[in-house]
Amino acid sequence: MSEPAVEIPLLSVEDLSVEFRTRDGVVKALEGVSFAVGKGETVGIVGESGSGKSVTAFSVMGLLPPAARVARGRAVFGGLDLLSASGRQLDEYRGRELSMIFQNPRTALNPIRTIGQQLVDVLVRHANLFRVDARARAVELLARVQIPDPGRRFGAYPFELSGGMCQRVMIALAIACAPALLIADEPTTGIDVTTQAAILDLLGELGAQSRMATILITHDLGVVAERCDRIVVMHGGHVVETAPTDELFAHPRHPYTARLIASTPRPGAKLTDLLPIPGSVPDLRQALPPCRYRPRCERALPRCDEPPLPRLVLTPRHLVACQNPLPVEAV
Amino acid sequence: MTSTLRHARYVVGENPVTLLAFGLLIVMLLAALLGSSIAPYDPLATNTVRKLEPPSRAHWFGTDQLGRDILSRVLVATRLDLAIAVGAVSLSFLVGTAAGACAGFFGHWVDRIISRLTDTIMAFPLFVLAMAIVAALGNNIGNVVLATAIINLPFYARMARAEVNVRREAGYVEAARLSGNSALRALRCHVVPNALPPMMVQVSLNLGWAMLNAAGLSFIGLGVRPPTPEWGILVAEGASFILSGEWWIALFPGLALMLAVFCFNLLGDGLRDLIDPRRRT
Amino acid sequence: MTPLLDVRGLGKRFPLRHSQSAVHAVDDVSFSIAPGECVGLVGESGCGKSTLVRLVTRLLDPTTGSICFEGTDISRVPAARFASSPWRSRIQMVFQDPTDSLNPRASAFDTIAEPLRRLGTANGRRAVSARVHELADLCGLARELLGRFPHQLSGGQQQRVGIARAIALSPRLLVLDEPTSALDVSVQAVILHLLADLRERLTMTYLFVSHDLNLVRLFSDRVMVMYLGKVVEIGPADRVFEAPRHPYTRALLSAVPTPDPVLRRRRIVLTGEARSPVDPSPSVCRFSGRCPEGFERCERDMPPLRPVGDKHEAACHLLETQAVLR
Repeated sequence: MSEPAVEIPLLSVEDLSVEFRTRDGVVKALEGVSFAVGKGETVGIVGESGSGKSVTAFSVMGLLPPAARVARGRAVFGGLDLLSASGRQLDEYRGRELSMIFQNPRTALNPIRTIGQQLVDVLVRHANLFRVDARARAVELLARVQIPDPGRRFGAYPFELSGGMCQRVMIALAIACAPALLIADEPTTGIDVTTQAAILDLLGELGAQSRMATILITHDLGVVAERCDRIVVMHGGHVVETAPTDELFAHPRHPYTARLIASTPRPGAKLTDLLPIPGSVPDLRQALPPCRYRPRCERALPRCDEPPLPRLVLTPRHLVACQNPLPVEAV
Repeated sequence: MTSTLRHARYVVGENPVTLLAFGLLIVMLLAALLGSSIAPYDPLATNTVRKLEPPSRAHWFGTDQLGRDILSRVLVATRLDLAIAVGAVSLSFLVGTAAGACAGFFGHWVDRIISRLTDTIMAFPLFVLAMAIVAALGNNIGNVVLATAIINLPFYARMARAEVNVRREAGYVEAARLSGNSALRALRCHVVPNALPPMMVQVSLNLGWAMLNAAGLSFIGLGVRPPTPEWGILVAEGASFILSGEWWIALFPGLALMLAVFCFNLLGDGLRDLIDPRRRT
Repeated sequence: MTPLLDVRGLGKRFPLRHSQSAVHAVDDVSFSIAPGECVGLVGESGCGKSTLVRLVTRLLDPTTGSICFEGTDISRVPAARFASSPWRSRIQMVFQDPTDSLNPRASAFDTIAEPLRRLGTANGRRAVSARVHELADLCGLARELLGRFPHQLSGGQQQRVGIARAIALSPRLLVLDEPTSALDVSVQAVILHLLADLRERLTMTYLFVSHDLNLVRLFSDRVMVMYLGKVVEIGPADRVFEAPRHPYTRALLSAVPTPDPVLRRRRIVLTGEARSPVDPSPSVCRFSGRCPEGFERCERDMPPLRPVGDKHEAACHLLETQAVLR
């Protein structure tokens, strides 16, 4: 899906396909994933388990495990195709222009180094500061992510901090070198809702302050609804729909998107309004039809069984991968 | 039952290392069971005419200083060595796991007492402790088994304690309590079976170690006495002949010992795979 | 009508090692649940809801207070002996994480049969087997899945096994400890419908714990909000969510992410750090220091739960002032 963009996007993922070699054969974890992120934009990637959202993030960052193979596709960032770049080239970008925060903040931090030391490590490695200057800058960063008493917390170990604080430290590590793009992989799963709101507020502010683009990966529709400019909906390794947030919720065109929205609890809804999605998440080890949602879809047509999966451009910003998308009135 | 057999076949077939280990194990078990029947000569029969003969067609492993066929002695010794190792490890496994599991599950004074006991045992150099036990209680095979079991106890107690401690707070333990299990029953029927798979690797490593231990004790004259064939004694007897050039007397029993320990080490992963239900596809 | 569960002054303290101090996980909690009701319990990490749940299901012994179930104070029976008491089968729980709460070495059949074998009156293999099949059908679990082990089942299937196990002995009170948070949102709806259906069919009473406030709202009749071991607000679900009276409830609700921009609330940001649960002062409101609306009385008196509407109570001094002003 190539969008006629006004300006050149910061990150452009084109036809990304990733396979995993497993005991049970080849698992096509991602197939034909395409989307773009503009400068300063916040893009949300939503999907259920097995949709491939984390695999997408790891592919872009070059953090796939050895059993994974990028079958085809490109991820162009600042003129460089990250998927075919060498280790040295990637090291120049990762941590500096392009960084990532992970799901479980405690496991992402080194438990035997203080948070201050970890920040200094990043600054010395990527920002080329001397240790002395790095320390001052590290305290500054801790203050920027709203950690109270940053001077004292510099010497704290991760186990002394709460989950929310660890998350903030991870954000500080990620923004230390003022990246152009931050990928946040499920940054709020397992965190209290008030802390979650504070963390997302922080990410939003940081993004606005330095025109940093963010990719927010989550399974929580409420989170992307509030925080993202555009949303990419994934299912079973495919991108099924891409649209600006308001339009996606007002007029979902892919049957899966509509059902996903319908099965999310929202205020004012009753239990009977909560509709499950029939069938189950596709087993990627089996042979799959061209549209992986087809077995669960109530709008399936005979032509849904014929490859290739279509990519319909409904409006320049709204794309859907469906033979039989919902009409606009169906809200 | 058939699903267990099927799973066993799958585990064995999947990894060539496991296959090798099981193969060796079967060979050893056969030697232990049928040793005396298939041995070409009587292991105790001396024949001073044919003493110190190198390996030949008549005597595949040669003969020792009393003319006894070494092959027969090595074969027959398998039963004793295996019996001692299995006996000692079983004893220490059962007692150690029970003690460690209670310590890990109940905590407080139970844990304190059991931990102090195991610490006391571990404070001694273990082989010396085994020597002391055998020397004190009497120089026979039963005490070799007992001594090896005792010095091995802390190993299992600690492992069991750690594994049980990790699983103590698991949801299924609480669910077991909700289903009407007393704490002890929950420990016995729910926690311990789950704590076992990681311990299985250790059990098999331990078998090799116990065998070496027993061999070591008989090497220095404690426990098994000549002329009973046992690999440790055989190596001891052969050691004095190495310098004079009769290398085969110590080598073959040593090889047998090595192969047995090797087999047990390899068996560990296979055993764990066999027991862990998560490996079932 | 006598409440099914009546908790009075319940408290649980966990002493810290090598010191006289203790963590007050649950502090002077009182509430009741009527038969057939579904009461939701919300609160963030550290609020004491897991401890409260374990006290109610008698996996833990309280330090103070009483738990009256069907008229009898079951807190008198120590947790260690509760497994063999007649009430064990009448209070059961569905756990949050099925990968943690199902014995990895037990097949689905054995897991569901366990309570029947331990506490059930069904005798003999045939009777147990029949009941397990009945439960599997009730919970929408295909019979051919009964021979499988947990790791061979999907998340939704695992949770059905957990539910079947929990209802095996026809309990009167079922505690649902975040039953769907480990599941995908599409599976969540199915499980919730199942739970609602079972509640009607088997006339059970629910205590529904969840961090998803939108979910609690549509599933519960009444809701209880906890903070640092105390109940800060309790009342009919619609009322508490529409018009929360306690500042913490308001802040909590404002933080919930909502897809619908129209229904979104203005965020109330909580600054400052939460008070320590270790030896908290009994005369200081637990929320003071973080509360956006505190005043000096909040540091002098612990606010009690005051009625603020029909069956709606909240523990905040501001409400008294408001009542006075009215």
